[in-house]
Amino acid sequence: MFKSSCLLIISCSEKVKQKIGEYRMGESHDSVKSKRIVFVTVGTTCFDSLVRAVDTQESTGEDGSLSVDYFTFSSSIAEYLKSASLVISHAGSGSIFETLRLKKPLIVVVNEDLMDNHQSELAEELAERNHLFCVFPQTLYQTISGMDLGSLVAYQPGDATPVANFINRFLGFNDE
Amino acid sequence: MDNVYSCFFSDMGFLNVAISLIIGISTLIMIRIFYVIYWSSKPLYSKPPGPLSTLIVLGSGGHTAEMLNLLAVMQMDRFKPRYYIAAATDNMSLQKARVLEDSLIKKAEVEVVGTSHFLQIYRSREVGQSYVTSVGTTLIALTHALWLMIKIRPQVILCNGPGTCIPLCVIAFFFKVLGIRWSSIFYVESIARVRRLSLSGLLLYKLRMVDQLFVQWPQLKSKYPRANYVGRLM
Repeated sequence: MFKSSCLLIISCSEKVKQKIGEYRMGESHDSVKSKRIVFVTVGTTCFDSLVRAVDTQESTGEDGSLSVDYFTFSSSIAEYLKSASLVISHAGSGSIFETLRLKKPLIVVVNEDLMDNHQSELAEELAERNHLFCVFPQTLYQTISGMDLGSLVAYQPGDATPVANFINRFLGFNDE
Repeated sequence: MDNVYSCFFSDMGFLNVAISLIIGISTLIMIRIFYVIYWSSKPLYSKPPGPLSTLIVLGSGGHTAEMLNLLAVMQMDRFKPRYYIAAATDNMSLQKARVLEDSLIKKAEVEVVGTSHFLQIYRSREVGQSYVTSVGTTLIALTHALWLMIKIRPQVILCNGPGTCIPLCVIAFFFKVLGIRWSSIFYVESIARVRRLSLSGLLLYKLRMVDQLFVQWPQLKSKYPRANYVGRLM
């Protein structure tokens, strides 16, 4: 599903990183210059089914020419997001809004193993408003094959001032 | 025989007095609680007050990011001193708050040095902790919350959902009832809550323990009419 000119950067758990390391040894890494980057993030959660869905033979191409880079934790993923041409993320609000703010195409994958999956509410609502695509790990491949990035609508950033004004008025502070 | 009867009657008398006292005090407390709930929902001051001491509750994940996003548009000279509280096991939140406060000092529009404090509170229960030990840790967390609230006695409380805010808000409510400190409690439900309130939000909404509850999606406004719909903050 990803062309061989893509660089896939995955942020994942230590366990999964080791598994990937085992069968990736001996691969050469091409230079990043001419590649488009797909950034995959699981946030601070354990979301192995997403990493597995992305890192299959199917997705990385039979000849294994897709370069994969991975890390377990970074205190800020802003740089990775900026250089990506597509972001695949878990449904955390932080990842979602950081990506939307940078106006990057976003596919959110919902983790069905999470208890009390309230996160999916946000992803589904934003998908309904066409700001991103919302899928499950099993349907990731189909979605990517058939998606039209042009159908996505830019998300207009929100504004916290109405709340601040309300609080100020409630407490009796006059607004300038 | 007389002695037995007189003992019996004086015991009855004592019992009557005790029962009347209990009913009387309970009634007074109930009246006071309704008074507090009624007046909490009304704007507080008719003219601008001086700076108000503010407690800001931070939580892991998106909670801190959303709170800092709100703080960025609030006038900090009206809300000082500021007390930031995060769970003891949350490493990043207080750091992020310090970054915000440092940027305020750099801007130097406002006299901010020495007006912010960073505190940690014990969590009632860690993810995956057994329910048996949770009883003990919850009691410890409640005691710790009480201790911190007695020290801080904030006039304003800002929170947006983490479980750590519940003991603090409940204690603040009781401080109001007992006349120890009147705090204006503002709860902003997370942007991730589109169709249902979080457990914290639901508790505080149903028990009417917050002055104002804000929601970011219209679906929540229709479900919870007393909430204020303010659109998305992020």
